[in-house]
Amino acid sequence: MYLYLKYISILFKSQAQYRLSFWLLTVGQALTPLTVLAGLYFMFAQFGQVKGWTFYEAALCYAVIGLSYALSETFARGFDMFSSLVGSGDFDRLLVRPRSTILQVLGSKFEFARLGRMLQSLIVLFWSLSKLPIELTFPKLFTLMLMIVCGVLIFSGLFVATASLSFWTIQGIEVANVFTDGGREMAKYPLSIYEKWVTNFFTYVIPLGCVNYLPLLYVLGRTDGHQLRYMLSPLAGVVFILPCLLLWHIGVRHYRSTGS
Amino acid sequence: MIALQGINKSFKVARRTAGVRQAVKALFAREHTIVEALHNISFEISPGEIVGYIGPNGAGKSTTIKVMSGILVPDNGTCKILGYTPWQDRAAYVRNIGVVFGQRTQLWWDVPVIDSFGLLRDIYKIPGDVYHANLAMLTESLALTDIVQTPVRQLSLGQRMRCEIAASLLHDPKILFLDEPTIGLDAASKIAVRQFIKRINKERGVTVILTTHDMNDIEALADRILMIGKGTLLYDGTLNDLRSRFGSKRIVTVDYREHYEPVPIDGVTCLSWSPERAVYSMDIEVTPVASVIARLSEQVEVVDLEVGTTPVEELVLELYKEHRI
Repeated sequence: MYLYLKYISILFKSQAQYRLSFWLLTVGQALTPLTVLAGLYFMFAQFGQVKGWTFYEAALCYAVIGLSYALSETFARGFDMFSSLVGSGDFDRLLVRPRSTILQVLGSKFEFARLGRMLQSLIVLFWSLSKLPIELTFPKLFTLMLMIVCGVLIFSGLFVATASLSFWTIQGIEVANVFTDGGREMAKYPLSIYEKWVTNFFTYVIPLGCVNYLPLLYVLGRTDGHQLRYMLSPLAGVVFILPCLLLWHIGVRHYRSTGS
Repeated sequence: MIALQGINKSFKVARRTAGVRQAVKALFAREHTIVEALHNISFEISPGEIVGYIGPNGAGKSTTIKVMSGILVPDNGTCKILGYTPWQDRAAYVRNIGVVFGQRTQLWWDVPVIDSFGLLRDIYKIPGDVYHANLAMLTESLALTDIVQTPVRQLSLGQRMRCEIAASLLHDPKILFLDEPTIGLDAASKIAVRQFIKRINKERGVTVILTTHDMNDIEALADRILMIGKGTLLYDGTLNDLRSRFGSKRIVTVDYREHYEPVPIDGVTCLSWSPERAVYSMDIEVTPVASVIARLSEQVEVVDLEVGTTPVEELVLELYKEHRI
């Protein structure tokens, strides 16, 4: 952990070398997702509500997933950009250092400019919470935290899994963005508005619904019994990241036996 | 200390052929060829040796270094270094080695060199006193004092290489792998790097394995040469042995007072001639150098004279020829 902080501090120093570009990026990153929120707003302004969801409920949904995504992009950016590390052969360098490859890849990139996106999601989060007629009890706050943390795990898992693919092929990884970017866009809206198979996919395969839609039902007081189950559904994120890490280890082993 | 036994390594390489039709075909079914990068490589290296690892491009030098530094797992064969099998106990093993890839940097590009050193200190968990002692020694002997505060991207290649070497020695490695440490350096930097390698080998007993294309590196540093070609070990021995194997040839360069006719000597080839200087090549088993000098001084007024051995490059070319590489 200490070493990770050291990695971050050195990356921060690097980033600080390019001050103007840093601020522009941060502001830009904060503004782009706003267009999505605006879209959401106008849609609700037109229809009043969608499938029983009010605008603020949907905004909360959007904020939670936005925050998770921004956090994992900030911290797990090294995996997002990993194919270049393999392409340039710099991964060899990581292998001759006495630390785990996961830690070193995490420490290879840290996207400070994503802090803007994070801030924007946080503002929407507090704003929608303040407008919603719900009482924020401790279990509900806890569930919200759990949703965000486990959301980070899922997105990071996706990044790790995508990165692992670059051990086999450098091309064609774009396909994986369907799941990362696509998943993020889908999960910004309450899952109940989609077709059954989409809902199933995002519940059982990539469990974004478990960190977002299901526990939100609990936070919003829409559950009919089984509260604990809804509350703890985000833990699916913990289950999700395990096979991703396994894939990573298989990938590293493959790399070391083929050297490509 | 280092023992490789029967190491084999082959790669599957996708075959690329020219033409659009072939490229389209390759999208669906790639043809693969197996390239044997290392074939039955065995050698041993004792503590404190400096070993030059040479061979043409693509001969397998880097692959061997990668196997020895734990990056690659060979197809079969055993490799024991300091009691470890590099690819099995990677994390424990690499603590004991330093690796410099001449073509790539291990320093963080945008921050001052000293910050990179600090991070390496944490990566290798170097105790404070060891770190400071090593840092002091390295900055002094590699003349880094003025450059450690500079971001790496602003350093010249020579300065950067000195920093790379320092970075790979902070954690007191017992073995240092140098993959083309002098590539692209100017003469002064090359000499500085060589002197330093020699020094840490003498003073700290660091075992050094270096690959290079610059035969002057070998001449200045290596007690022993390993030569590899097409994945096979072709030669293992000292530079002097290699010389005596091919090197009964001598090159004599004479400067003399103006003399307007070439001076032919029996059994000796005249490589070049001018009114003031001539270069002869001879085989000392046929014509001893002394007799050549005697013949010369009979005919011209010799001012200066230099006897040289065959340059290492030519010896290596001879070896390549012998093995048909």
